[in-house]
Amino acid sequence: MESRRSFPDVLAGGVFVLIGGAFVVGSLGYELGTPLRMGPGAFPLLVGAAVVALGLAIVVKGLVAGEVISFGPIPWRAVAVIVLAVLFFGFTVRGLGFVPTSAVTALLTTLASSRVRPLAAVAVAAGLTAAATLIFVVGLQLRIPLWGPWLGL
Amino acid sequence: MELLDNLALGFSTALLVQNVVYCFVGVLLGTAVGVLPGIGPTATVAMLLPITFNFEPVTALIMLAGIYYGAQYGGSTTAILINLPGESSAAVTALDGHEMARQGRAGAALAAAAVGSFVAGTVATVALAVAAPPLARVALKFGPAEYFSLVLLGLIVSIALARGTALKALAMIALGVLLGTIGQDIYTGTPRFVFDQRELYGGIDFVSVAVGMFGVAEILRNLENEQTRTAIVSKVKNLWPTREDRRRIVWPILRGTGLGAALGVLPGGGHVLASFASYAVEKRVSKRREEFGRGAIEGVAGPESANNAAAQTSFIPLLTLGLPAHPVMALMVGAFIVHGITPGPNVITDEPALFWGLIASMWIGNVLLVLLNLPLIGMWVRMLRIPYQVLFPMIILFAAIGTYSLGFNAYDVYAIAFFGILGYVLIKCGCEPAPLLLGFVLGPLLEENLRRALIISRGDASVFLTRPISAVLLALTVAALVVTVLPAIRKRREVVFAEEE
Repeated sequence: MESRRSFPDVLAGGVFVLIGGAFVVGSLGYELGTPLRMGPGAFPLLVGAAVVALGLAIVVKGLVAGEVISFGPIPWRAVAVIVLAVLFFGFTVRGLGFVPTSAVTALLTTLASSRVRPLAAVAVAAGLTAAATLIFVVGLQLRIPLWGPWLGL
Repeated sequence: MELLDNLALGFSTALLVQNVVYCFVGVLLGTAVGVLPGIGPTATVAMLLPITFNFEPVTALIMLAGIYYGAQYGGSTTAILINLPGESSAAVTALDGHEMARQGRAGAALAAAAVGSFVAGTVATVALAVAAPPLARVALKFGPAEYFSLVLLGLIVSIALARGTALKALAMIALGVLLGTIGQDIYTGTPRFVFDQRELYGGIDFVSVAVGMFGVAEILRNLENEQTRTAIVSKVKNLWPTREDRRRIVWPILRGTGLGAALGVLPGGGHVLASFASYAVEKRVSKRREEFGRGAIEGVAGPESANNAAAQTSFIPLLTLGLPAHPVMALMVGAFIVHGITPGPNVITDEPALFWGLIASMWIGNVLLVLLNLPLIGMWVRMLRIPYQVLFPMIILFAAIGTYSLGFNAYDVYAIAFFGILGYVLIKCGCEPAPLLLGFVLGPLLEENLRRALIISRGDASVFLTRPISAVLLALTVAALVVTVLPAIRKRREVVFAEEE
């Protein structure tokens, strides 16, 4: 294999090192115990160290003989909008209630596509809210209030 | 005949009116969602899982199994008609199936897939009924040391079947295990990595992980180049295969069934391997080798049968050892636990009606699948016309609602976003999501059994090597690790998976 750098490899390895490292640091704050009675920190410490080691190996391999992967474009708009929509749902479903939360979440999500037209987005959001209400609240008897306390109804 | 008694018990449970109805509903829903482009069985089951929580355990599990078969068949339909397989196992079907569809023989391809799946499902159900009880008896002898080694073996073997480099798959497994440690420690009750948030004490729900990594990440990937998606759905006519077709699919179906039933037991994605292996075998034994890739019906019938047989027998490790063989089974474990049943060797003795009912319902599910899909194919074709701009908001919204309804916990919803982004970045870097999910589900089992084994042996780590079964399993683990890392084998793996691209 010829020597080539691979950005995706280095990035993936970096993610592993970062998360593994965070867990290692975190687990040192818990009791490690003895082999006979392992404390809550021991197992995450071991596995975290393994993740860090594997991550480092991937970084090194990425610098020496990386895997050729086309990284492609990143749909920043979709990433931002979808994350926002999901967080909005989790944050407001209790307060605003099922119907307003679903409508806003659906509307936000439709904006993730760069080819969306405003009228179509509203129509999709309205349709999905109606469908979700019918399926989950009417059909499956999900116990979430349709309109939440924040609305003061 | 003990087997017959057991099957009689199973059928008397599975044929209860509400069980048949919900099996039917499961198959219908599973097909409806699975047929949507880009959604594989794992994402389908993860999305529909919360629906089943309202029912009795037997009914819920039967429905869930129905959803799984439906999703698989739906995925094959999509693969054949518009060449958009939702999961790697259906990718093989797309090779020749879509080619057949372009030649106007979509009907024959769909029928071959349906008949193949039915035959495979029937045979594999019998295999499951025969093989499960003795295996469960062996499993009852397992102590914590054996379980630890077995889980480790399962995790390592799953690398061999994942696409991409072994190193990355290994890192994904370890990361999954690590993320599985979030929440209260089982022995001391100490909350770990929860940032003082009470909502995280119970750990991250595996449904959030599955929906995020398989659903959200996939949507982000599809939104990268929106222009490339073209959905030309040809009209489906002539559903029945010609006599020539019928003659040609008999042996591929039988060979595929055998391969699938055997390989499905393997942890980590035996169904993917089964489809690829079956395709390779059919290509090798065929007298019309040049037709493969240009619409050979054998290339649809064989892999589809293998896939479905493997889907069935992948219940064996779940029902006898409590070990999920692939991500869908991991979701099944969650469903068992929600209903207060610990999957494992005890299910067969403690819950015989559930165990045999589930097995019988698998066969019933296969019958329903054929009855449902042949007449309803027109409807599934219409669902393929749903534009992506409606589809992906629907997936996100339903995923958020479904995950929230699991425990009315907003953190489960936040976790979707987190795992969606994490999954997207890692998949973009060439990592497979499935090993992470397996590690996430099996991680707690690994930790629990490691610590329990060490408590029993008074802190002596050699217990894993002095107990014979455990030692053998560990030796197999090391062998599997060596094999996956060896370059020669790695090359062969690349060849197997290269055909998918």
